[in-house]
Amino acid sequence: MELPGGLLYTAEHEWLQIAGDRGTIGITDYAQDQLGDIVYVELPEPGSRLESGAVFGVVESVKTVSDLYAPVSGEVLERNERLEDEPELVNAAPYGEAWMLRLRIEDPAQLESLLSPEAYEELTRQEQNGG
Amino acid sequence: MAVRRLPLEALHEEAGARFAPFAGWQMPLQYRGIVAEHTAVRTAVGVFDVSHMGRASVEGPRAAERIRSTVSYDVTRMEPGEGRYALYVTEQGGIADDLFIYRVEAERWLVVHNAANAERDFERLSAVAVAPGASAVDVTDETVMLAVQGPLALDRLAGILGAAVAGLKPRRCAELRWRSGTVLVARTGYTGEDGAECVTDAGRGAKLWGALLESGAAPCGLGARDTLRLEAALPLHGHDIDVTTHPREARLGWVVTLDDGAPFEGRAALERLSAEPPSRVLSCIRLEARGVLREGLAVLEPGRAGAPPVGRLTSGAHGPTLGSGIGMAYLPPALAEPGTPLAIEIRGRALPARVVARPFYRRPRGA
Repeated sequence: MELPGGLLYTAEHEWLQIAGDRGTIGITDYAQDQLGDIVYVELPEPGSRLESGAVFGVVESVKTVSDLYAPVSGEVLERNERLEDEPELVNAAPYGEAWMLRLRIEDPAQLESLLSPEAYEELTRQEQNGG
Repeated sequence: MAVRRLPLEALHEEAGARFAPFAGWQMPLQYRGIVAEHTAVRTAVGVFDVSHMGRASVEGPRAAERIRSTVSYDVTRMEPGEGRYALYVTEQGGIADDLFIYRVEAERWLVVHNAANAERDFERLSAVAVAPGASAVDVTDETVMLAVQGPLALDRLAGILGAAVAGLKPRRCAELRWRSGTVLVARTGYTGEDGAECVTDAGRGAKLWGALLESGAAPCGLGARDTLRLEAALPLHGHDIDVTTHPREARLGWVVTLDDGAPFEGRAALERLSAEPPSRVLSCIRLEARGVLREGLAVLEPGRAGAPPVGRLTSGAHGPTLGSGIGMAYLPPALAEPGTPLAIEIRGRALPARVVARPFYRRPRGA
């Protein structure tokens, strides 16, 4: 399972890449693998506001529906329009071409509650052993 | 109750299976991925281990009439080597289960039940298939069943089991000698593709599984089995049909024989129900927006905000061959005509959908 070092993670399997007050959000390799073939991604429009911990979108695979949770609060600056026509990109390149949103991070203090790569890896290990 | 495990479980692990519980069994859900497996079956060949399905052997000079006394179809007209789809019907005319019946020899039958209902079905069958003249034995544990499906299925199977496979007509079955034993091969399946289902002992089943993978067949799990059968508009018991649905509204009137006059469980109710047209019919619905259809979603009449749903999806999925959301629902006949615009409520939004002709997918003939 791929787990890039420079990112922060959530227990709900999103990743966040930070550049100044800008963040990029996607879902993890572990998440796409668990979901299986992804066939639909629903994302909020630019200009809308994400609330940390709240549902901001939906990913549907052939077998299941999964909510997307905002790692931090902020304004959506851009969404990845390619995912509308090519949702399977999420399976192929979850950390690259299948980024989902770019946002302006409101409160840098919220970053402290996110998981390091090591902590996230431990969490996925526990999840797999548990089920 | 202990989880039941497939005799070939180790081979599925070796092939990369991900397992999920289904009807009391630990079953392969997928190997490479549902879409890849679905596509393999539509374009080449895939193999499913469906040994979880209940299998009963019924024998005896009176087996035909005894089976007839508990199923919807007049099996006494079947020839040796023929297979037939049939229903168990309740006294109220509901569908207790759907099943497949093979007349292997004149006085020897194989009856295949859904895993979820297998125990109850076997009780029902063995209650009528009793001596003198007939007996029923549950052979689920001593056999395995592999479904080999796809345009290349018969060719690959013929390469393994012999040329006799290629000569099988649709719905026909034959017991073939193989490796000093036998394999029952039937040209049937649950995917909308050509192919065959094979029943044999676990040892030969393991060898057959290995030979099929070696011939290029993709191992396929329950995930692809569900998307394939839904594209082919084949109903799934417990979802699209159950004890609250009648054969005709499920468009399964063709599986019911009334003209032979023979008594069978549920006959009186079906006669009563045949007197008038059904008030709802199982229909195919295609989503015309992006998204995936799921069982339970509300079906609405477009432009009638606030009106109660006209139905609910009994099955729903992303149809990989069609590239869109597909589902089935019971609809009033006035709304069941292909082309009728509908809406499906997904997460509070009414998305455009349309009734389409059944099935969603029909395999190209002569290809």
